[in-house]
Amino acid sequence: MELELRGITKAFPGVLANDDVSLTARSGQVLALIGENGAGKSTLMNILSGIYRPDSGEIVLNGVVQKFNDPGEAIKAGIGMVHQHFMLVPVFTVAENVVLGVEPTVFGNVLNTKKANKEVEEISQKYGLAVDPKAKIEDLAVGIQQRVEIIKVLLRGAKILVFDEPTAVLTPQEVIEFFGIVAELKSRGATIIFITHKLKEALAIADSITVLRGGRVVGHADPKTATQEELASMMVGREIDLTVDKTPAKPGAPVLTMSSVTMTDDFGRDLLDNINLEVRAGEIVGVAGIQGNGQTELIEAITGLLPIAKGSIKLKDVDITGFKPRQIHRDGVAHVPEDRNEMGMIGSFTVAENLVLDSYYSQPYSRGLRLQSASIDESARTLVKDYDVRPAHIENMASTLSGGNAQKMIVAREFSRDVPLVLCAQPTRGIDVGSIEYIHEQIVRKRDEGIAILVVSTELDEIFALSDRIVVMFDGKIVATLNASETNPTEVGLYMAGKNS
Amino acid sequence: MSSQLDPQTREDLVNPKDRSFTQRLATAADWRSAILIPFLAVLSALIIGLVIIILTGSSFAEAMNAYLALLQGSVGSLRAISETLTAATPLILAGLSVALAFRAGLFNIGGEGQALIGGMFAVWVGFSITGLPFFIHLPLAIIAGIVGGAIWGFIPGILKAKTGAHEVITTIMLNYIALRLVDFLLKTSIFQREGRNDPVSKNIEVSAEYPTLLTGIDSAMRVHAGLFVALGAAFLIYWLLFRTTIGFEFRAVGANPSAARYAGISVTKVYILVMLIAGALAGTAGAGQVLGVLGRTTPGFTADLGFDGIAVALLGRSNPWGVVAAAILFGGLRAGGQQMQVSANVGIDLISVIQALIILFVAAPALISAIYRLKTPVASAQISKGWGS
Repeated sequence: MELELRGITKAFPGVLANDDVSLTARSGQVLALIGENGAGKSTLMNILSGIYRPDSGEIVLNGVVQKFNDPGEAIKAGIGMVHQHFMLVPVFTVAENVVLGVEPTVFGNVLNTKKANKEVEEISQKYGLAVDPKAKIEDLAVGIQQRVEIIKVLLRGAKILVFDEPTAVLTPQEVIEFFGIVAELKSRGATIIFITHKLKEALAIADSITVLRGGRVVGHADPKTATQEELASMMVGREIDLTVDKTPAKPGAPVLTMSSVTMTDDFGRDLLDNINLEVRAGEIVGVAGIQGNGQTELIEAITGLLPIAKGSIKLKDVDITGFKPRQIHRDGVAHVPEDRNEMGMIGSFTVAENLVLDSYYSQPYSRGLRLQSASIDESARTLVKDYDVRPAHIENMASTLSGGNAQKMIVAREFSRDVPLVLCAQPTRGIDVGSIEYIHEQIVRKRDEGIAILVVSTELDEIFALSDRIVVMFDGKIVATLNASETNPTEVGLYMAGKNS
Repeated sequence: MSSQLDPQTREDLVNPKDRSFTQRLATAADWRSAILIPFLAVLSALIIGLVIIILTGSSFAEAMNAYLALLQGSVGSLRAISETLTAATPLILAGLSVALAFRAGLFNIGGEGQALIGGMFAVWVGFSITGLPFFIHLPLAIIAGIVGGAIWGFIPGILKAKTGAHEVITTIMLNYIALRLVDFLLKTSIFQREGRNDPVSKNIEVSAEYPTLLTGIDSAMRVHAGLFVALGAAFLIYWLLFRTTIGFEFRAVGANPSAARYAGISVTKVYILVMLIAGALAGTAGAGQVLGVLGRTTPGFTADLGFDGIAVALLGRSNPWGVVAAAILFGGLRAGGQQMQVSANVGIDLISVIQALIILFVAAPALISAIYRLKTPVASAQISKGWGS
């Protein structure tokens, strides 16, 4: 089925989210839609799936103009969305999830499980999506769960499949399998729209690429000839250098030393299993791994936010095991947390308040009980300027900042402190290319000042761009320690998937 | 088809100049939620109140007369203003108690119990100590009220911090306990007035009474110095919340507990301290009623003060000065309601209905936005965390 969008325009108060967007996706082809956060990709997809109605413009399917009043009509017309965050019920089986909302029933309203299982099996065989219909969702790997989502939209008769950042949660191996699925869907005549900010993947899988910026289509590219740099420059609107300039590290004395650190949950299961890790002054150690393999716990152990069961953690020569978070923080650990909005800042506080979120109690920001707003504001004004936080209004609520600027604010707060160890968890997750470039530069600059840096990231590109050494975490263990210059993404990817361990 | 917006508008939307558009929007939303919405809520409640009066068999003229009486009874004379302020005084303190807890993400429904216990502490100090000059006796009695309320606030605080028990449940239960404890205590020889069989406490000494402010002009004017204590408390809470490191911690925990924890703030310590102070404020409210108006305690002497405090805090948007304004409004409704009952024969129950309607509208700002067709959506005031947190 051929999909055409003609002049789609959608304004929200204060934002023109889509501005005269036109594009075409053809049957049996993959259209990659790339753009930064806020470029209008999500709005466009919400219009396509019937969640929003455009202010003007038309959706045309096989030459027929469509009007979707609700998501149900879009599904009926053959448009299926596979969301980044899966919408599955964990305790239900695959088949139960797939038929949810369109359940085959007997005797009026009794679920016909047999028929549901059969329907799922048929589709999974037809498209080569190997899934056991009777398996419970919570027992399945993320890559398999994604297949369930795909089966869900296929069962509802989707001819146009829209994937929203489909590889964000997958391991490198699962990404390869996913590409295989896409190829299979293509060969069966499906129209595929692939929304991503990963340029490498867009180049690898797409038949055509459309670039959005500021709500407008700023260009099209042919994946056979385009380069990542060209696409990045189109997305941002200026020249972008994707490689991080850095000289070889000159590691000094150990700053962080973790010896046999073990952390257990309430049920006695190991969250961290015998972690031995050293980070030296003037080096960047990258922690690679798929989300949920102990990286969060590693950071919370170092910062004292979660207690460890066994082992010791040393900061320079001081054993900080069992210290309170504030003590550790004050004695020398800066921490850019993995969840910007949930942990790193308070949306309803001003930028100035957020910039002293973890130092408000110390001089010169307070004297005794009294906050010194003059000092707080003065320091904030300097920081937003130095770290290029835009808009540079320190009295704005932090929630009004874009993701990239909010992250720069957090980086400003943490990097401006004179401490020997910096922890950066997912430092560039979900932010624009320009801010990624800037934050990477700051991390390297900090390293060159002789600071020890631990970067946790699920993005292999980021790990390789920054790290001097790479450790790979799997299932709460460090399964590999590698020199960045002596390894490659394939090897790290294998360790991430738990192979060789 | 091309865009419907002209190029300049488009440019402004995409690249907002100087102070960002969202910033201006945020400021506008603040103004709306702080002033416009409460004002429209009061207006709407009064209009519905009018309809109710008419529906119960009065003519429009009679209904307007009732509102005129309401106005006269609340601000129509010095005596009316005195009554309004007398009623507002405990509401300010009870409202501050709830507002402070709201700011830290806690829902203190226990103001009633805290006020009862505070009042009992105050009345005991008020009648059992004799022979002290008023400038020692009165402060002692007030402090007793503060301590009593603080103890009753500390219990849910420590239960939440140590066991995770939800403060809504524990404060409600502590209200019942306090209510019955007062009944019991008033029957004991320590509290019960000699020669009485009904639960009435002894009268407090004159030296423990709040001085009245206007009895020189008219002996019926009940407004007392507790008003200054309440206003002082409002100033103190404002200062604490917005000018001190403690307030910074309170607000951080209220707005985002996990960010507060990340920043090294002890969330459990904040919970305990907040409930302690909130209890102290409600205790001061209860003590003020005993020392300024009642002179003794009877079962349920706080007359739902703690619950009215929730309404005041909601209407005042948990801002200390907003609380003062809301308390004076509610005090006016109470005082005017008496007049309305006497001269227009409209029951004072209508006042409770109007109060409830105001809170309903404030709690559902979307409703107000829809009725008055306000353009930008108004963010609902987040008052507390859900039950599961």
